[in-house]
Amino acid sequence: MAEITLAGLGHAYRPDPRQPSDFALQPMDFAFADGGAYALLGPSGCGKTTLLNIMSGLLRPSHGRVRFDAQDVTAKSPGERNIAQVFQFPVVYDTMSVFDNLAFPLRNRGIGEPEVRSKVEEVAAMLELGPDLRRPARRLGADAKQKISLGRGLVRSDVAAILFDEPLTVIDPHLKWLLRRKLKQVHERYRRTLVYVTHDQNEALTFAEKIVVMHAGRVMQVGTPQELFERPEHRFVGWFIGSPGMNFVPLERDGDGLRIPGTDHVLPDGLVGPGQGRIELGIRPEHVRITGSPGAEGVPVEVERVEDLGNYALVTARLGTATVMAKLSEDAPLMPGQAFLRLPPAWTRLYLDDRLVH
Amino acid sequence: MDKIENNKAWFLVLPVFVIVAISAIIPLMTVVNYAFQDIFSPQDRYWVGTEWFESVLADDDLHGALIRQFVFSFVILLVEIPLGIALALAMPARGWRASLALVLMALPLLIPWNVVGTIWQVFARADIGLGGWLVNALGIPYNYTNDPVAAWLTIVVMDVWHWTPLVVLLCYAGLRAIPDAYYQAAAIDGASAWKVFRYIELPKMRGVLLIAVLLRFMDSFMIYTEPFVVTGGGPGNATTFLSIHLTKIAIGQMDLGPAAAISIIYFLIILTLSFVFYNVMTRMGTGERA
Amino acid sequence: MKGRSVALIIYFVFLLLPIYWLVNMSLKTNQEILSGLTLFPREPTLANFQTILTDPSWYMGYVNSLIYVVMNTVISLSVALPAAYAFSRFRFIGDKHVFFWLLTNRMAPPAVFLLPFFQLYQALGLFDTHIAVALAHCLFNVPLAVWILEGFMSGVPKEIDETAYIDGYSFPRFFVRIFLPLIKAGIGVTAFFCFMFSWVELLLARTLTATNAKPIASTMTRTVSAAGMDWGLLAAAGVLTIVPGALVIWFVRNYMAKGFALGRV
Repeated sequence: MAEITLAGLGHAYRPDPRQPSDFALQPMDFAFADGGAYALLGPSGCGKTTLLNIMSGLLRPSHGRVRFDAQDVTAKSPGERNIAQVFQFPVVYDTMSVFDNLAFPLRNRGIGEPEVRSKVEEVAAMLELGPDLRRPARRLGADAKQKISLGRGLVRSDVAAILFDEPLTVIDPHLKWLLRRKLKQVHERYRRTLVYVTHDQNEALTFAEKIVVMHAGRVMQVGTPQELFERPEHRFVGWFIGSPGMNFVPLERDGDGLRIPGTDHVLPDGLVGPGQGRIELGIRPEHVRITGSPGAEGVPVEVERVEDLGNYALVTARLGTATVMAKLSEDAPLMPGQAFLRLPPAWTRLYLDDRLVH
Repeated sequence: MDKIENNKAWFLVLPVFVIVAISAIIPLMTVVNYAFQDIFSPQDRYWVGTEWFESVLADDDLHGALIRQFVFSFVILLVEIPLGIALALAMPARGWRASLALVLMALPLLIPWNVVGTIWQVFARADIGLGGWLVNALGIPYNYTNDPVAAWLTIVVMDVWHWTPLVVLLCYAGLRAIPDAYYQAAAIDGASAWKVFRYIELPKMRGVLLIAVLLRFMDSFMIYTEPFVVTGGGPGNATTFLSIHLTKIAIGQMDLGPAAAISIIYFLIILTLSFVFYNVMTRMGTGERA
Repeated sequence: MKGRSVALIIYFVFLLLPIYWLVNMSLKTNQEILSGLTLFPREPTLANFQTILTDPSWYMGYVNSLIYVVMNTVISLSVALPAAYAFSRFRFIGDKHVFFWLLTNRMAPPAVFLLPFFQLYQALGLFDTHIAVALAHCLFNVPLAVWILEGFMSGVPKEIDETAYIDGYSFPRFFVRIFLPLIKAGIGVTAFFCFMFSWVELLLARTLTATNAKPIASTMTRTVSAAGMDWGLLAAAGVLTIVPGALVIWFVRNYMAKGFALGRV
């Protein structure tokens, strides 16, 4: 077990990178705390798999160092640096039994057979693979094969971290949540550092203690699921997390305040400060209130569409020149037409040039 | 994939059935005809039963050809399969080097078989061939026209030259089909190069290896043109393999009855052995390890 | 890594040396060949090639070979395509048996079929025609084509067929317009194999022809004459038989690894 530190780490697939766009991974500093459960979340091509492969040692970074605790492992091979990895598609050794698969990493390191046996049986029991130990690994389903991949990491007590590269891609939907729960149990029991790459926010939000949101080779924000939801530090995080993502409404400076274009609604200017640039208001659809009657602070909007999505209604409304989505509970039915919108100050964020300022 | 039950599919298979029937069943019936009768003309024929088979099976020449054929096919498999695997492992994986290596590798496969024979007939000659000259220059007396051992060596080396590339290409295709994740998992698990070969590459190549062994066995068992061009079956009968023996009797001596009997025995041997190979190799892969 | 490349290079030297020797000889005069071993032609001459390319009895051999090879490739593909589709999509009475029976024909020694073919084609009046050789080569090429194509077709999801039928395509139109374009690579690879096996075969081709459809391979035996072997001419003829094959490989080089892998494994 170890803390994983990335120091000035960056990677460019082409030699001699000159500008930021040459990097698949922008130079960064970051530390994965020992025993934490992390998710690397981002759309495809954001550099999360590149980062994972650098940590596992499958890829040698072009810039910076990787340290496990105090030890610099940048130049070490995957075998030497004591990590384990679960891949997108299940990798098992076809000709071996489940037992031999789990024993493989131990036997390769010259560990004695009695210890191999006890370790394998312990991990198999934990992963509910016990009854299948004698069966050929290739006869098992995709979910059991992914458990074997995970088990090959768990049997080694010296593993610094277990890395997951979108491990649920080929798993049937009804088995996904079982595996996710198993992963949580594994984490609670063994307290290994887990790093989980995914583009699916649900997987990330349910699995991880801390989520690293990445975009275009850059870390946009690191935080708990709650922090990412409530205080996205970057417009991208607000847009990417949540379904639908955060509403963004451009604001214009109007004397001392900030006005929503096309309305009379004005926010105090002091929140942003004198900076120049594009100012936007951000609010989650979950926090937008729309009612039929103008209460205090109600801004008139035009409701364009109401979609009934089961336990809530998704409302699309025109606010001045912008469009706002709201998730409303079923018991307050709305019809298309005139309505009033309220923006609770506690959930209203302001962004200056895509960065959170308030 | 679940297939649909539909007997109308036979209409799609019919053209193949007709063509192969014309080029296989009718000739095969003729062979059977000859094997059990003594035919002088369509009107003048006698039923001889298993007489041809008995006389052929008692023939020392056939025994000799058969033994030589088995030894030859065995040696060929023993050399070409491991060599083919090793070369496939050594081939570059991508880029222009891979293209170049593939094209060079495939070259011998596209040369007409008699030209392969001609190339080696010339190349292995001690007087005008570079190969034969080199061997002699090293102080090893070598002349394939009068030394049975040299003749055998020449034929084996020629076959290795001609057909190992097929094994290489098959194995290469099998290797390229292995996803990178397997190699990465093995690196993480600390597997040695030998273990990577034994537990990843070899199992994944099983399918193509089965094809390679079957094809190489069948084709080496039918070999005719190349040794015929190089040695004509000699010196003596040293390189008279089954096909050469058969053609000698059928065309050379026009002994149609015995030739047909040999044909049937020949065909049955290949069928049986291919069937055995196929079953052994498919079972070997699915067998559960204790 | 280093050791592997060295081993590969050594093998390529072994592979290319005999071919080099053939090319080397084809550029020499007969006197030079017989007078002693020379690593390079001392007086390079194209006379041997000139003889072949100007004498119809020589170059017609190439033309004949190409004609029956192309005929065979076309026949093999056109009968194998529907059959492979049937094997990859449907279950029908005797399907497995027919498939295995087809493959056994790939195992049949051509020597066994020599005499019956000879008699059959003579009875049909096809002896010494291109079509006779093309049909005879179907014996091993059709099963192979069905085998390879079936592998490719099984890789195409069945849903595509179903969608096309729902969209109102008739079977022939669906097969030609939608399905065949999907397995272009497979058809190319199959054509390559048919071409290759028909081009390199000699035993049947020689037995079934006399003069009109005589393949280049048997024309080459002419170089043995009363005056002894004309080695230079033989070598030149040999070099020219390698050229079509080498061209074909060059065009399919990018499909080669794929094609070998996708047969029914």
